[in-house]
Amino acid sequence: MHIHRFEKIWLIIGGAIVVIFIVSLFISTFAMGMQPPSIRETIDPKVVDQTPPFDKPGLKQIGDKRYEADMTAFVFGYGPAQMEVPAGSTVTFRVTSKDVVHGFEIPGTDVNLMAVPGLVNEATQTFNKPGEYLILCNEYCGAGHQLMSAKLIVK
Amino acid sequence: MATETRVDRKTSKLSLAYILVAFTAFGLAAICGVLQGMDRGGAVTMPTWLGYYQILTAHGVLMGLVFTTFFIVGFLFAGIARTTGGSLTPAGARMGWIGYWLMVIGTAMDVVTILTNNATVLYTFYAPMKASPYFYIGATLLIVGSWVAGWGMFHCFQTWRKNNPGQRTPLIAFTAVATMVLWQLATLGVAAEALLQLIPWSFGWVDKINVVLSRTLFWFFGHPLVYFWLLPAYICWYTIMPKIVGGKVFSDAITRMVFVLFVLISTPIGFHHQLMEPGISEKWKFLHVGLTMAIALPSMITAFMLFATFESVGRAKGASGLFGWFKKLPWGDARFFSLFLAMLWFIPAGIGGIINASNQLNAVVHNTVWVTGHFHLTVGTAVAMTFFAISYWLIPHLTGRKLTKTANDIGKLQGVLWSIGMIFMSGSMHILGLLGGPRRTAGTTYGDDPTALSWMPLHKLTMIGGIILFIAAVIQVSLVFYLAFKAPKGEEEFPVGEVAEEAQETPRILERWKIWVTLAVVLILIGYGIPITDMIQNPPPGVEGIRTW
Ligand code: HEM
Ligand SMILES: [Cu+2]
Ligand SMILES: [Cu+2]
Repeated sequence: MHIHRFEKIWLIIGGAIVVIFIVSLFISTFAMGMQPPSIRETIDPKVVDQTPPFDKPGLKQIGDKRYEADMTAFVFGYGPAQMEVPAGSTVTFRVTSKDVVHGFEIPGTDVNLMAVPGLVNEATQTFNKPGEYLILCNEYCGAGHQLMSAKLIVK
Repeated sequence: MATETRVDRKTSKLSLAYILVAFTAFGLAAICGVLQGMDRGGAVTMPTWLGYYQILTAHGVLMGLVFTTFFIVGFLFAGIARTTGGSLTPAGARMGWIGYWLMVIGTAMDVVTILTNNATVLYTFYAPMKASPYFYIGATLLIVGSWVAGWGMFHCFQTWRKNNPGQRTPLIAFTAVATMVLWQLATLGVAAEALLQLIPWSFGWVDKINVVLSRTLFWFFGHPLVYFWLLPAYICWYTIMPKIVGGKVFSDAITRMVFVLFVLISTPIGFHHQLMEPGISEKWKFLHVGLTMAIALPSMITAFMLFATFESVGRAKGASGLFGWFKKLPWGDARFFSLFLAMLWFIPAGIGGIINASNQLNAVVHNTVWVTGHFHLTVGTAVAMTFFAISYWLIPHLTGRKLTKTANDIGKLQGVLWSIGMIFMSGSMHILGLLGGPRRTAGTTYGDDPTALSWMPLHKLTMIGGIILFIAAVIQVSLVFYLAFKAPKGEEEFPVGEVAEEAQETPRILERWKIWVTLAVVLILIGYGIPITDMIQNPPPGVEGIRTW
């Protein structure tokens, strides 16, 4: 098949860009460990309220300035609705849903999870700047979807 | 001059029937769209009897599934008839009508269930939100109807090949078949989801559903769906645009290769829509993201081919200098003007797509209104405007009427308004998304949260864009019905580009569909086989359906 000379040049440039994308994807994923949330921990959505640690949703200190926030998502809110951590804390959010699929997003951070019934999802974030952080649902979950939010206060 | 083949009356009726349903759906969806923009912008609050999410479902279904599918099938039937001698085979035409009625019935079932608020689940209908079973059956009929129509097209193509042994198949017919092959492969996922999971479950025959599996089957379909929207636009860019600008198709072989590449790699990449969810191993996500990047390549080739066509036309008309050809293009012609705008919009749209598909950048934009901004550029502008531009000549061609000078100018005005509207709407959606504003969310300030309040000016811009778009949509729908029923009688050509003389013989292998379909199936098995088997063998706890609206 004949390929025009300019087209060859363009294809080489295009191919090189794609290769660069894939190589940087490789490096960031496997060398820098920036994996998307992919854990496969299951939980029966009907008995979330009886299953530790989600029977007592909230913050647990797990180290120096390190916290684990076990949270439930449901129509149309989160348990707990408000939490407080000192500035400089690193928080691991562990989220599951009691009913339909919800979102779990903190604008201004990289926390952006799907809360899927039957599974637990996880993301970790360090909060250096004090302030009030909005946690919101970004997956349509029903008539009150636009009301579904919680707060993280960083002191 | 020899008279050109035209689409015969029977095919014209069929094609027009599809296209009129398409633009009726488009018009209704545009009303929903502007209401959504105004609700988000705080100008209106939806009454209780007509909720935001109800009209959002109507908008998504009517725009994303009904407008696109009906237009595409109608356009491809006309294109196949035009390039295979003017008519469809009797069996092909019959399947065209059967497909049409199945699709109309399916659409009606969906519209009724949405209007009665029994299916406010958006056009992605994620389980375990449980809609009326008739909504899922309607969606299934819409898809099955399009299959039957596609089989009709395959029949016409095969018959032409049998009657013209050893000849290269007409390019438009070939690319139309590629589009429908891609569609048949892609819809297997959603058909499986509907038939094996959603319908039995929504009737209550089984009480629990495997949510991860249903989402995976949905996105098996959901991503190639966007290439199903895009390929008919590419058909127009590659094979029809050259004739309109007075040039030749740059390369027959490369055009076919691009379409074959899309058939091969558009399906096994759907996990890039599921990057932020649990239950799927990062290795499979990685594979899909890598393959997604590869699909940028046929799009780069497309960009080259289009500009090569523009430039050779300009030079043939005596243009000089690096960009002299630009002035030689037929700017006064709405058939070209809107098409050019559509292509231009595809550049930022494509760049946004690469951002969405990136493993890590996706965390910033996932489920934010950036995504909505992105697909209003891709399908809502690049594809939809190409369809508008096609309607300016296809509809009069089918009805034996003429695109008058005034109609031509109104078409250009439409293109300008649509573009301005999108600059406001899509632009503000992109910025708002980067700041974290969620998609698919009615107007809200989350109890006057300061972050959410700071987004208000951007919501207002979205609303302004939506209003301009709505005006443009009204113009477009009026033009469609004018061209179909009121424009003066006459002849409008169905432009088909000839292949440039310098272009070389096309390798025969590009026409061997058996090889490409087999390869595509192998790639799908690699991309989806193991993860889906695993989801079925080690399912997470099943989930009961619930109605949350
Ligand atoms: C009059 C022109 C249009 C306006 C004013 C408009 C406006 C909107 C708005 C405001 C949203 C909702 C944002 C949200 O809450 O997430 C939306 C969603 C959507 N639009 Fe449009 N749009 C228009 C044209 C189109 C076109 C031409 C298409 C495709 C062919 C399209 C496809 C969609 C889809 C698929 C959704 C997503 C629904 C969902 O997320 O469930 N729109 N549109
Ligand atoms: Cu929610
Ligand atoms: Cu929600």
